[in-house]
Amino acid sequence: MKAGDLGELALRNLREAVLRSSLTTLGVAVGVASLVAWLSLGIGLQALATKRLSNSGLFDTVIVTQRRNLQGMRRPPAEAAPAADARALDDDAKKDLEKLPNVVEVYSQTRFPTEVRYNGNPYSTIVAGIPVSAKGNGSFDGIQGSFFSGSNADEAILQIEFARDLSTQPSSLIGKDLIVRYAERQALPPQAGGLTGGNNSDPDAGGFSIVPREKKLRIVGIIETEPAAGFGGFGSGRLLIPLEVASSLRAAQVNDLRDAVRAIKGKPVYASLTVRAKSPALVDGIENAIKKMGFGTFSLLDATKNLAVFFKIFDMLLFIFGSLALAVATLGIINTLVMAILERRREIGILKALGAADRDVKQLFFVEASVMGLLGGILGVGFGWLIGRAVTLGTNLYLKQQNLPSTDVFSVPWWLVLLAIALAVLVSLAAGLYPATRAARLNPVEALRYE
Amino acid sequence: MTTGNGVAVRAERVSRHYEMGAAVIRAVDDVTLEIRAGEFVALLGSSGSGKSTLLNLMAGLDRPTGGAIFANGRNLSELNSLELARYRSRTVGMVFQSFNLLPRMTLEENVELPLRLAEVDRGERGARVQEALERVRLEKRLTHRPSELSGGEQQRAALARALVNRPTLLFADEPTGNLDSATGESIMLLLKEIQQKLGMTIVMVTHERPLAERFADRIAALADGKLLTDGVNS
Repeated sequence: MKAGDLGELALRNLREAVLRSSLTTLGVAVGVASLVAWLSLGIGLQALATKRLSNSGLFDTVIVTQRRNLQGMRRPPAEAAPAADARALDDDAKKDLEKLPNVVEVYSQTRFPTEVRYNGNPYSTIVAGIPVSAKGNGSFDGIQGSFFSGSNADEAILQIEFARDLSTQPSSLIGKDLIVRYAERQALPPQAGGLTGGNNSDPDAGGFSIVPREKKLRIVGIIETEPAAGFGGFGSGRLLIPLEVASSLRAAQVNDLRDAVRAIKGKPVYASLTVRAKSPALVDGIENAIKKMGFGTFSLLDATKNLAVFFKIFDMLLFIFGSLALAVATLGIINTLVMAILERRREIGILKALGAADRDVKQLFFVEASVMGLLGGILGVGFGWLIGRAVTLGTNLYLKQQNLPSTDVFSVPWWLVLLAIALAVLVSLAAGLYPATRAARLNPVEALRYE
Repeated sequence: MTTGNGVAVRAERVSRHYEMGAAVIRAVDDVTLEIRAGEFVALLGSSGSGKSTLLNLMAGLDRPTGGAIFANGRNLSELNSLELARYRSRTVGMVFQSFNLLPRMTLEENVELPLRLAEVDRGERGARVQEALERVRLEKRLTHRPSELSGGEQQRAALARALVNRPTLLFADEPTGNLDSATGESIMLLLKEIQQKLGMTIVMVTHERPLAERFADRIAALADGKLLTDGVNS
């Protein structure tokens, strides 16, 4: 039989048993809705986590460290001494890193503890230098106020948590001034018995002293993201200033004590460098190239790999739970079609007497099953979406009560819509297999005798 | 189409036995019968004589357990289920005692059904349905459902459905069994007219000897699955 005729006859048969067909279709819809709701929750949560991490602006960066430094900080090396030829993370290395393909910029991490004075009150926090190029990487999307007006501007952007410490109305801080108190590092002249490294040109070769300083900064913006989270440093930067301003302060950093006792051919070295890639997709290649250069690397991609594994398992479990309802719906389809065989036994006999092949009868039942699956799938996706909207609404009401920003915990991407509908049709076809085969095998003479 | 020498269907020592537990029911037992093209043959017998079983075997609705049935020059026993379905669709037309029209379809849809199964083009179907219904004089009842027709009209509609694929063999199983005598006679006249006008081979099962004697060219009488007599109706 031609496809069009099969479709017409199948729809006619479904219309004849409209109540039973509708209830079966509804069963499939509930199963698909359950599947879509659970999976879209998993996808939504994954998207939420990824978005939060992406907005940190660090997905396109690689932190480069000198290999032996990190080993030394963690535990005694397995070998008696670190490799003597470990490459220093100095200006030469920085230039080499800048030459790597797909690298946008390379800069040193500047982050230091400080005491902020605002309205006469002291607040402890961490200052982080941010390159002006960070403006376009997404981490400052949704900023209240504005980004730094220039690379040398005496301006600050506050992370929302710190801004709340300063004022119950964070937005009112924009345009106000605050004082940053920090420890400036001042170089001392070389002393006898100090470290020497041959041709010593390090300005800090004689050590350094710490001098308290103050700097007035104007608050220009407030952000909810954490572009200077603890990644590559020792704590979250809550007060962000232009990188060049941060470098010019020569503020003492936590690694200064370690650097003071380090001697590498007399050249100044960096504790770490941040390498920014053109896009997150290129981070992996850049990381490998840097490793080949003899440096240690770390990127958020490493961390997100574990996150991805977690969400894969999470999604799989949600899929299993969601599929249970679909499995029940499958039994409903089988029941409906088996009942249809009993009711239409004589009709099947007539069809066969008029020339229907076993294949035609089988296909007719398959089309009926797949129509129920298709309609159930479409309805189910709609129901699943509605469930998602309702849960998101409820969640956001709760978050609002908790003074937390609203968020979308459900995500129904197109591929999930198509997958759910395709799965509903496939499951329906599988459910129709037994009834269709049974109907096709009916002996026409016996079927015609059936009253 | 014939099996050769003007023979439309030939049953050769055909048997159809059923096993019911330990017992064997010999519904048709070693029957040999030849039906010539264009002939009107009545299979006559009482209930349980095996006449309907023999008709089903010749119509390709059932398979014999012994012997062979030749139609279209081929042994039906050797056809696979798809080939047998094609034989039923393109060569055979069937009329039943209880009409067997699909109640939820209109007359037009019922008559069109064999055309769908035979994959006839949609464009051609309307004219074929019209032609078949005109032949049984029901062309004005296209949109009626079977429940809106009398018994005689339903049987004529069933006849139109059997003719719509232009078969060469028409098998009728007690076509007047559910009709009063006057209506039954009108159906028989219609069958005779079809045989004469279209040159169609008709095999009819009946238990009414007068009907067989009045309309059939030949009468084959069966009892207990065996062919008792086979002769030209004088």
